[in-house]
Amino acid sequence: MSDLNRLTIAAARDLLKKRAVTSRELTDACLAAIDGAGALNAFAHHTPDLARERAAAADARLAKGEAPAMCGIPVGIKDLFCTKGVPSQAASNILAGFRPEYESTVSQQLADAGSVMLGKLNMDEFAMGSSNETSVYGPAVNPWKVDDRKLTPGGSSGGSAAAVAADLCLGATGTDTGGSIRQPAAFTGITGIKPTYGRCSRWGIVAFASSLDQAGPMTKDVRDAAIMLTAMSGHDPKDSTSANLPVPDFEAALTGNIRGKVIGIPREYRMDGMPAEIEALWQKGAQMLRDAGATVRDISLPHTKYALPAYYVVAPAEASSNLARYDGVRYGLRAKLGPGDGVTEMYEKTRAEGFGREVQRRVMIGTYVLSAGFYDAYYNRARKVRALIKRDFETVFADGVDAILTPATPSAAFGLGSMADADPIAMYLNDVFTVTVNLAGLPGVSVPAGLDAQGLPLGLQLIGKPWEEGDLLNHAYVLERAAGFVAKPVKWW
Amino acid sequence: MSIDTATARKVAHLARIAVRDEDLPALAGELSAVLAFMEQLNEVDVTGVEPMTSVTPMRLPRRADVVTDGNIQSQILANAPDAREGFFAVPKVVE
Repeated sequence: MSDLNRLTIAAARDLLKKRAVTSRELTDACLAAIDGAGALNAFAHHTPDLARERAAAADARLAKGEAPAMCGIPVGIKDLFCTKGVPSQAASNILAGFRPEYESTVSQQLADAGSVMLGKLNMDEFAMGSSNETSVYGPAVNPWKVDDRKLTPGGSSGGSAAAVAADLCLGATGTDTGGSIRQPAAFTGITGIKPTYGRCSRWGIVAFASSLDQAGPMTKDVRDAAIMLTAMSGHDPKDSTSANLPVPDFEAALTGNIRGKVIGIPREYRMDGMPAEIEALWQKGAQMLRDAGATVRDISLPHTKYALPAYYVVAPAEASSNLARYDGVRYGLRAKLGPGDGVTEMYEKTRAEGFGREVQRRVMIGTYVLSAGFYDAYYNRARKVRALIKRDFETVFADGVDAILTPATPSAAFGLGSMADADPIAMYLNDVFTVTVNLAGLPGVSVPAGLDAQGLPLGLQLIGKPWEEGDLLNHAYVLERAAGFVAKPVKWW
Repeated sequence: MSIDTATARKVAHLARIAVRDEDLPALAGELSAVLAFMEQLNEVDVTGVEPMTSVTPMRLPRRADVVTDGNIQSQILANAPDAREGFFAVPKVVE
């Protein structure tokens, strides 16, 4: 069978169970695709030997009739996840050479479910970025291309998005602090879900902003997202914010029936200067849900405008605290010191050499907003605004709304380097539709819904109630089927 | 709120990031631009609103205050840039 790497997780699972294909064959197909896709720079660390070992173990389990959910499925893991004995650098120079002695809970659960790790995926440094351009490995490249420009796959989970869209793996892990799963998914025509805060353990994932970070799957379709999310979710005593709730079978929730559901269209998401084709796609999406029997209702989320500024206080504040651990003592880089340099020079030089520009900027912003005299004016005020943003959502859900439909991003993928001279705020605007969801701790999913005039994918976002990922994915499934998005990037790499 | 060069120097030091003197004006400008963006938050009436401490209504779990692991010295030190005789080694701290 050819092109095994192009299969969905669900299709591969069925072939594996029927013994029509082996995990070794699937894994070899993906490894060959990765070898041929160096131009995409999606994989930062390759683990082919480990992959073949895990594939053999998966085939042995399948032969015994054991077939956990992801048994034999080749996946990529974002470089932010600590993986035992395998470089885990968060795409930062400061973690050069770091090989964890432990495995993150999410990647361990995926391994326990039988999946095969192919390697570590490129990303923005410490997940801070929306274009993958802050990576120490250089940017991952979007497999979608419409002219001679190389396009960003988005960020921060850009390597994950590029790898799934280019069929280098069947699915990939991502993490999402302000949109880092949903924006790259939209830019590459794939599906990505950020679950409710607390659904997936954060243990062993390099921390950026702990009150916002969540892991989630990035996959070729909604069914695969449901399968992979089920495997990644669950209570973990090692993460004190992990929810002690049962994990439903999210795939079983995909009934395709949303009759009688109420969909909210938030008027504050209709932004000045939004491209007409994004507005048109949004309306088309609403019509698809209406045609499926849902009621579509205009709603108001009045504090939406303040989400980005609140985020850019809270996230850097938490980052400045989380990244204090990179001091040149316990792991990673230590700068070369001059004669007479003491421990303070060691910290300052190590962090200046080890952190890239954007990370330094955010650490310093965070340091400033937490410093004496400014804590109340910035940090506490942002946390109050965050409470109001969350209350906006609680109000509409209490009024009977089941899911909220918005655009996923304010544009399609842009050219790598095209934002080089823009001020940082312009790049931050990429997250304008996604960041509210992190601030409110809600689940959000990006579904590919169409192509723009250039021929680049555009996504729509659905936002759901806390812990209702099953219902949310069912709405996404309806949207996916109605949109009938089947376009794939034409191979140029 | 605009940040001057002296404040930028202080913030860089608090963050333990070495910044060359000639780079401080540009840094001050960048930090000022981001802070200006945050100023929008002053438009919001937050009277009587409690700052969010937890995004999901939950009580942080507690566990018994007992040792749960240990005896993994070699694993702890395995990634250290400089480890000697079972310790992390750093430049001289006290004269």
